[in-house]
Amino acid sequence: MSIKTIETPIFECETGNYHTFCPISCVAWLYQKIEDSFFLVIGTKTCGYFLQNALGVMIFAEPRYAMAELEEGDISAKLNDYGELRRLCLQIRKDRNPSVIVWIGTCTTEIIKMDLEGIAPKLETEIGIPIVVARANGLDYAFTQGEDTVLAALTHRCPEHRISSDKQCQIDQKIFPDLLTKQIKKNYWEDKSDNHPPLVLFGSLPSTVASQLNLELKRQSIRVSGWLPAQRYTELPSLGKGIYVCGVNPFLSRTATTLMRRRGCKLIGAPFPIGPDGTRAWIEKICSAFSIQPKGLEERENQVWNNLRDYLDLLRGKSVFFMGDNLLEISLSRFLIRCGMIVYEIGIPYMDERYQASELALLQSTCNKMHIPMPRIVEKPDNYNQIQRMRELEPDLAITGMAHANPLEARGINTKWSVEFTFAQIHGFTNVKDLLELITRPLRRNDSLRDLGWTNLSV
Amino acid sequence: MKLAYWMYAGPAHIGTLRVASSFKNVHAVMHAPLGDDYFNVMRSMLERERDFTPVTASMVDRHVLARGSQERVVNNINRKDKEQRPDLIVLTPTCTSSILQEDLQNFVDRASLSSDSDVILADVNHYRVNELEAADRTLEQIVRYYLNKVRGRRTMNQCLTDSPSANIIGIFTLGFHNQHDCRELKRLLRDLGIGINQVIPEGGFVGDIQNLPKAWFNIVPYREVGLMTAMYLEKEFGMPYVSVTPMGVVDTAEFIRQVQELVNAWAPILLGRKVNYESYIDNQTKFVSQAAWFSRSIDCQNLTGKKAVVFGDATHAASITRILAQEMGIHVSCAGTYCKHDAEWFNEQLQGFCDEILITEDHTEVGDMIARTEPSAIFGTQMERHIGKRLAIPCGVISAPVHIQNFPLGYRPFLGYEGTNQIADLVYNSFTLGMEDHLLDLFGGHDTKEVITESLSTDKDLTWNLESKAELNKIPGFVRGKIKRNTEKYARQKGITNITVDVMYAAKEALNA
Repeated sequence: MSIKTIETPIFECETGNYHTFCPISCVAWLYQKIEDSFFLVIGTKTCGYFLQNALGVMIFAEPRYAMAELEEGDISAKLNDYGELRRLCLQIRKDRNPSVIVWIGTCTTEIIKMDLEGIAPKLETEIGIPIVVARANGLDYAFTQGEDTVLAALTHRCPEHRISSDKQCQIDQKIFPDLLTKQIKKNYWEDKSDNHPPLVLFGSLPSTVASQLNLELKRQSIRVSGWLPAQRYTELPSLGKGIYVCGVNPFLSRTATTLMRRRGCKLIGAPFPIGPDGTRAWIEKICSAFSIQPKGLEERENQVWNNLRDYLDLLRGKSVFFMGDNLLEISLSRFLIRCGMIVYEIGIPYMDERYQASELALLQSTCNKMHIPMPRIVEKPDNYNQIQRMRELEPDLAITGMAHANPLEARGINTKWSVEFTFAQIHGFTNVKDLLELITRPLRRNDSLRDLGWTNLSV
Repeated sequence: MKLAYWMYAGPAHIGTLRVASSFKNVHAVMHAPLGDDYFNVMRSMLERERDFTPVTASMVDRHVLARGSQERVVNNINRKDKEQRPDLIVLTPTCTSSILQEDLQNFVDRASLSSDSDVILADVNHYRVNELEAADRTLEQIVRYYLNKVRGRRTMNQCLTDSPSANIIGIFTLGFHNQHDCRELKRLLRDLGIGINQVIPEGGFVGDIQNLPKAWFNIVPYREVGLMTAMYLEKEFGMPYVSVTPMGVVDTAEFIRQVQELVNAWAPILLGRKVNYESYIDNQTKFVSQAAWFSRSIDCQNLTGKKAVVFGDATHAASITRILAQEMGIHVSCAGTYCKHDAEWFNEQLQGFCDEILITEDHTEVGDMIARTEPSAIFGTQMERHIGKRLAIPCGVISAPVHIQNFPLGYRPFLGYEGTNQIADLVYNSFTLGMEDHLLDLFGGHDTKEVITESLSTDKDLTWNLESKAELNKIPGFVRGKIKRNTEKYARQKGITNITVDVMYAAKEALNA
């Protein structure tokens, strides 16, 4: 008995008065991912204060990031930007000797129109270290979109992919014997044995998660030629015409666009490998792009679902409200609906309907399959209004930023801190349990407190 | 430009927000881009606040860059006015808005025409003052605003209270142990028969500010925030203030003596007698506080001449240095503060109490100083705690900036007589732990016996291939052992002898590891 109502998703747009992290927070995970990088955030005390507080203990581990703190002289252009940045970058080179320095432009550099893109190439030749410029500012972007701006900038630094024919390769080797790095050489020979064009995945994941996804694709005899970003700057994948690319995270729309438009890659638009349903759909989409018949995926998905029974019993029929702050919301909602939950509202900072098209389609078909109406998707939400709505709806779980988590808990609403989803390992079949562990934690905790009579503690 | 990894004091708007959100029913509207409302997270997480932090942002985005905020700020202020009916809305500039150079005062003027709340613009320059200076200024600004308002209406009641009373100025949100200190101060004053007229900003109503001058005098427990307000009240209303920090036995006594002097200015007229607190001081020092006795005990004798280093805000660093040197006989090699704007006072306070004074905002300079002096214990901020960890020197945290563990649930004042007990514990524990560590080092650890039981994981029947070994190495050290054990357990169950990456992840899925 399936109800045949194809609802088109309804997008609403509110005031944009919502809480999220500043996009410069991406340095926190990117400096760890790209091991030979150094991130220099060019901004004010405000930016520095945010980083040192948001990243907590990491700051004490001698991180490979720092602030270039702008002073009054920089703002009023009494000091010369080039000279100042040169001085700092030379110091960084002396202290850390990184393979790349990433400049993160902030609101301030936008407003005073500091020409980072213009200064970088000049300074790069002068000091001999690549300088990548990413404008990850709060004027334009939210939280995880910071990674998007960095990866889009890195896209331009990936070596050019050449069509792999033996002849071409020989010519290249004659002309540029030194130019062929080991990585490219390896690609030439291995590509020949593949039954599909080269595939590059984009999105920063912990290396274990990346190898898990590589492994899943290997089971379908698909070889991943490279990742953007790689573990080291010097190992960036080669890109070009004939390369297929696929995203692993929903917030990478600029990177996707850059890969297509500037590097001529072919984008495989797929749902994202979050949850067993998402992972399967992701693999299937890649397989279908290469005309490969997926093997054993359905069994694999079912097996994962079977392993989750305890968690699913806890979630079934419960309701959830996404306040929205990290752009993972559509994928997570889709997964939770598949788990049997009811989603009241999907708040999201920014919705790229083209990049997320497959994910949205999967969300819709999941809603149909589970016989529940499409949740409302609220772009640029207004936290104040959302809290009013939550008062009426009384969801079983609110997925929210830390600014609201404690006050909501005091009012008897279970909350899960949304930033954890960006830092935890949530991709692929292997990590589904961890993901549900996160989501059910407030429910399990509160189950054990239920009879104590102190649910609502607001003053 | 300055290469910076860490800062002791935050940006100016944080100070303004801390003061504004400490008052009851005051709302702050920040003129800021997305993500600058991180203050809300800090308040909600560190203070474990149950209520929504009364701070919202009026977003500065691309459109604002192109055409200015136009109606946006005014609309946001009016909206907050309707939604939450605050008494006061403080428009807070940020570093971003200060370079945009929009006429925020104009927005404030327009908004106050149409809103029921009072609206003011926090008067702080982002590039000149830090968090603490901004907090000090904002508090003075709010107090002045409300006192001027009633003066304009000529409805001010300047009569002193019948019995002695005091205002406590400068207790506010996210302050280091401020809540506990406030409770301890109230207890101390109650013991002395002094009423609390008002505590500002924490928990105060702006509507009550007009009654501030009814108190006999003001108390400013911390130098960083409240002095400007106290000076203003002295100048305008002739209210005297006590700015000695009652931290440590000696300074608490000094504080009480100064209070006595101020009470006695009016007591003969209003109470018909003078007060004398000497016997109270004596009793508290000898019997309530254990710190005086502690300093005589042989425990403390063992600390004599031990080397320590102190760093923190001006108030805490100065007080702790004097306690260590004067009350415990500890040798303070270096005392320092990041409150550069208060350097003169700091220098003057610590003459004769330490070998060297360091005034800097650069944590690497502090680190170098600690490495150079090699003290047996450090008393500093969270940053010094981490420096200490690296150098294996114990550290007691005595000042902001702080972590969530410095917002304890239990009662931990630093001020007053109970505060002296807490500080004695802190100092003593830091040093003995260091001593214990040293002795352990000397004698080679807790237990020198070899562990004889064989490990559970026998590698004989299982081989890890190269790939899986490499994968295992990628896993963070602290869970690697567990993953290895679980994988091997799984492999044995399944009768697998060759462990590949596939087996590793299959094990993870199967065992919920």
